Amino acid sequence: MSETAVMPVTMQDYAKGAERPTWCPGCGDFSILGAVKMALVQLKLPPHEVLMVSGIGCGSKLPHYLRINEYDSLHGRALPVATGAKLANHALKVIAVSGDGDGLGIGGNHLIHSMRRNPDITHVIENNQTYGLTKGQYSPTSDWGYITTTSPEGCIELAVNTVAVGLAMGASFVARTSAGDVKHMTWTLAEAIKHHGYSIVDVLQPCVTFNKVNTYEWYKARIYKVNDDPSYDPSNRDQVWQKAKEWGEKIPIGVIYQEKGRPTYEDQVTVLKKGPLAKQPLTSPELVNALEKLKEKFV
Amino acid sequence: MAKVNEISIKIGGEAGQGVESSGAGFSRALARGGLYVFGMSDYMSRIRGGYNYFQIRVSPKPVYAQTDLVDFVMAFNAQSVMEHLNEIVPGGGVIYDEAIQVDPAPFQAKQIKLLPLPLVEIAKKHGGDEIMANTASIGAVCGMVGYPFQYISDIITQNFKRKGDVVVQSNIAIAKEAYDLAKEKYARDCNYRLEPIAGASKRMMPHGNQAIVFGAIAAGCKFISAYPMTPATSVFEFLNAVGNQFGVLTKQTEDEVAAILMALGAAHTGVRAMTATSGGGFSLMVEALGMAGITETPLVVVEAQRVGPSTGLPTRTEQGDLLFGLYASQGDFPRIILTPGTLEECFDCGARAFNLAEKYQLPVIIFTDLYQSSNIRTIDLNAFDVKGFRVDRGKFLTDADLDKLNGDEYKRHILTADGISPRAVPGHPKAVFMTTSDEHYENGHITEEASVRIQQMEKRMKKLEAAKKDLQPPKLFGPAKADITYFCWGSTYGSLREAVERINESKKMTANLYHIVDMWPFPSEKVAQIVDGAKTTIVLDGNYTGNLYQLIRGYAGRTPKHSIRRYDGRPFSPEYILAKTKKLIPGFPLSVETVACDAKAEVLTHV
Repeated sequence: MSETAVMPVTMQDYAKGAERPTWCPGCGDFSILGAVKMALVQLKLPPHEVLMVSGIGCGSKLPHYLRINEYDSLHGRALPVATGAKLANHALKVIAVSGDGDGLGIGGNHLIHSMRRNPDITHVIENNQTYGLTKGQYSPTSDWGYITTTSPEGCIELAVNTVAVGLAMGASFVARTSAGDVKHMTWTLAEAIKHHGYSIVDVLQPCVTFNKVNTYEWYKARIYKVNDDPSYDPSNRDQVWQKAKEWGEKIPIGVIYQEKGRPTYEDQVTVLKKGPLAKQPLTSPELVNALEKLKEKFV
Repeated sequence: MAKVNEISIKIGGEAGQGVESSGAGFSRALARGGLYVFGMSDYMSRIRGGYNYFQIRVSPKPVYAQTDLVDFVMAFNAQSVMEHLNEIVPGGGVIYDEAIQVDPAPFQAKQIKLLPLPLVEIAKKHGGDEIMANTASIGAVCGMVGYPFQYISDIITQNFKRKGDVVVQSNIAIAKEAYDLAKEKYARDCNYRLEPIAGASKRMMPHGNQAIVFGAIAAGCKFISAYPMTPATSVFEFLNAVGNQFGVLTKQTEDEVAAILMALGAAHTGVRAMTATSGGGFSLMVEALGMAGITETPLVVVEAQRVGPSTGLPTRTEQGDLLFGLYASQGDFPRIILTPGTLEECFDCGARAFNLAEKYQLPVIIFTDLYQSSNIRTIDLNAFDVKGFRVDRGKFLTDADLDKLNGDEYKRHILTADGISPRAVPGHPKAVFMTTSDEHYENGHITEEASVRIQQMEKRMKKLEAAKKDLQPPKLFGPAKADITYFCWGSTYGSLREAVERINESKKMTANLYHIVDMWPFPSEKVAQIVDGAKTTIVLDGNYTGNLYQLIRGYAGRTPKHSIRRYDGRPFSPEYILAKTKKLIPGFPLSVETVACDAKAEVLTHV
C-alpha cells in the first residue's frame, strides 16, 4: 500500500469508472463534485485512503459520481456511520456528505452532537434550501415566507443558521462556501479536510428546478469572502459571532471559524493509542488469558 | 429433621437500602461454600424508595430458577415484613429490626416465625450508618442456620476493601454481633441448616448480560456503541469497565439511531461491532437494521426485552419482541436470531453471533430479557469455553488477499453460488469500493433495473440457506418420549427445566422440553417432527399473543395443542408452569400453588 501512497494523485484517479451524474442540468452539485475532487487531489489523498459517507437526497448521491470508498447510508444518518468508521479506523480520511434536509433536519441530532464530539470528520452540507429529490418542499434552511407545495402560504419557521449552530455547539471548524465559485469552494473544502477535528462546510447552492428564489444570481448579489479581509481572525470568537449572525443582504463565506489544537474525539480514546482498531488482532493468547482471569472477579 | 442446604430467602427493602448489593454479596458468600445458588433481583424504576427485593435460592445441586415460595424474608423495612406474607412457607420466618411494629396474628395463623433483632442498634453501636443493618441481617441469617462466619467476613473484607480498614472492621463487627445473637436466640428452633460442601469446584456467578459480554470479547468484539436503556445497560457498562483491557472501544451515543449506525460504520471497516438496547431503543434502530441487511454489513445487536408496549413496565420482564425483531424494518432481508436461555448459552451466543454475522454478512440479533439480564447463578469457570472458541470470518479478505487481486474493480456485492460475496474493507488500493442502502449493482452503485434487483434480492436471501446448516437444532431436556412435550425459548428454559424435572420425579407422568436457541432461520422441519411425534404439546411464551406459538404455526406448519403464557411482567417460575399445566392436562399428578395473579390468556387450548 505504501508504494501507491507516494504516487501522484490525479483527477483521473477519482474519475476512473465513475457513474454519470443524474442531477438536473445546471445543478450546483456538479460544481461541488468538481471541487471535492480537486480538493482531494490538491491534498494528495489517494481514493483508497478516503471513506465518503453520505445520506440520502440529491447531494448525497455525490460519492457515486467519483471513484472513492463510499458508504451511502440512510437519510439523515451520514454522521453516525462516518463517526463509527472513523473510530474503528482512524487511518481513513472520512468525509460525510449530506443535503440541508438530511444534515440539518432529520439528522439534526447527530449534527449537534458531532459538533461537540469533534471527531476528525469533514461534513459537507449541500444546502439548496429545498427538498429537491422529493420535488420541492421547504427545508430547515428555507427562508421565512418561502412558498412550496408543503408551505403554500409561505414558510412560517425561521431558517437554521448552520454557522451559528456550529459555533454554539462547539464545532472546531465552521465554513461556508458557494457552489457558484469553484475556486473558493475547492480552497474551503481543502482547508476543512486539512483541519484536525470536526469541520462543517455549508455549501450554498441553487436548486435550479425547484428553488426559484435562491438562484445563482441571488447568492452572487449577497455573498462576500470574509478571509479577504486581513483583519478578520477566524479564531477570535467575538469577531466570529458577529459574522455568524449575518444572513440576508450580506452573506459571509469562507473559513468563518477555526479552533486549532483541540484534541479530536479519537485523540482522547485510550484504546486507540495502539493504532486503528481495524488493524488490531481479534484475539490473542494474552486476550484469552486475561478473559480467563476476569472470571475470577465473579467468584 | 432440619432441611440442609435447601433454602430460599427474599431480601426486601426500598431502593437505596442496599437490597441488591446485600443479595449479591450474600450469594457469593454461599457460593464460596460450595453451594449452588440462584439469585434474582426485582426492582422498580426509581433510584430511591419504592420496593425492591432480591431472592436467593440455595441448593446442594444446580438450580436454574427461583421458586414462588420462600423460607425466609430478610426485611429491611416495615413494608417488606408484610409484603411476602403469602409466599413464606410454614416453619419459615421473617428477620427484621425489632423497632418495626408487627401484628403477629397473620404470621401465627400461617405458622411463620417472627424473628426480630436489634439490627439497627447493632449497626450504630459499631460505628455504622443505619443502612448497615443490612450487614447485620446477613450475619443474623447465617448465625441462625449455622453457616460458618468466615464466609461472611471474607466477603465483607473483599467488598469494603476500597472503603478502608475501618469500614471493613466495622462491618465485620456488625455482622458478628448479629450472627452470635441470632444463633443464641433462634438457631435451636430453626429447621434449616446451611453447611459448606468441602472440595466443591470454584464457581462464578455472572449475570446474563455479563455472560454475553464474555462471549463477545472472546469473539474479538472491539466496538460497542449504545444508549443506556434498562435492561441492556449492563452489557454496555461491563464493556466500559473492561474495554481498555481488551481493546474494546465503547461509545455512548446521542440516541439509539446513532448507536446502531456507529456500530455499522465500525463494522464496515472490518471491526467486530455490536450495540445493545431494549425494545424501545430497538424500535429506533429498525431502519438501520434494514441497511445492515442490504449493505450486507455484519452486525450484532443485543435486544434485552422488557415489558412493552412503549415504556411499558421499564424494570420488568417479558418476551414480547421476538416477532417484532423478526420482521423489523421494511422489505425482506436475511437476519439471524438467537435466543439464549442460560448463562452458558448467553456466552455461546455472545461469541457465535460475531462469527455468524461475518460469515453470512448480515445482522444477528440476540434476544435476552430483563430476567436473564440480571439473574445470577453458580456455574463452573469452564462453562465459558473461552479457549475453545474459534474466530471464523468467512469470506473476509485480508490485505494479503487483496494484494493478489487482478485489476482494481473489486465488487462488494458480486454474485456467488452461496450468495456470500468476498468482503473487503476500505483502505486497500485494489479495493476502492462502495455500498449503498439503495438497491445496487454488484459494484455497489445504485440501480433500478428489475433484473439486477432480482439477482441481488435472491443473492441476499440465499445466504440464509447456508446459515441454516450452521445453526443448532432445538435442544431436548428430559426423555425423548414423554406424555407432555413443552416448547420454550430464551430465559423460560430455567423454570421449565425444573418443572419438567418435578413432573418426571412424580413417576406418574413424563415430560420433556425443547428449547429453541437458534431461532431464525426457524428450524421448521425439526419442530414439525417434534410436534408430530409428541403426545401433547405446550408452548411457553412470556407474552400475550404467543410469539413462539405463531412461529411454530407459520413456519413449521403445525398447531401445538396448548399454550401457557405470562404477561404480568414477572418471570415464569416452576410453580407457575406446573399450576397452569394442571389446568390443561387431565390427570396431571402435581398440585402446586403459584402466587401469580390470574390472567385471561394464561392458558389456551388451540386444537
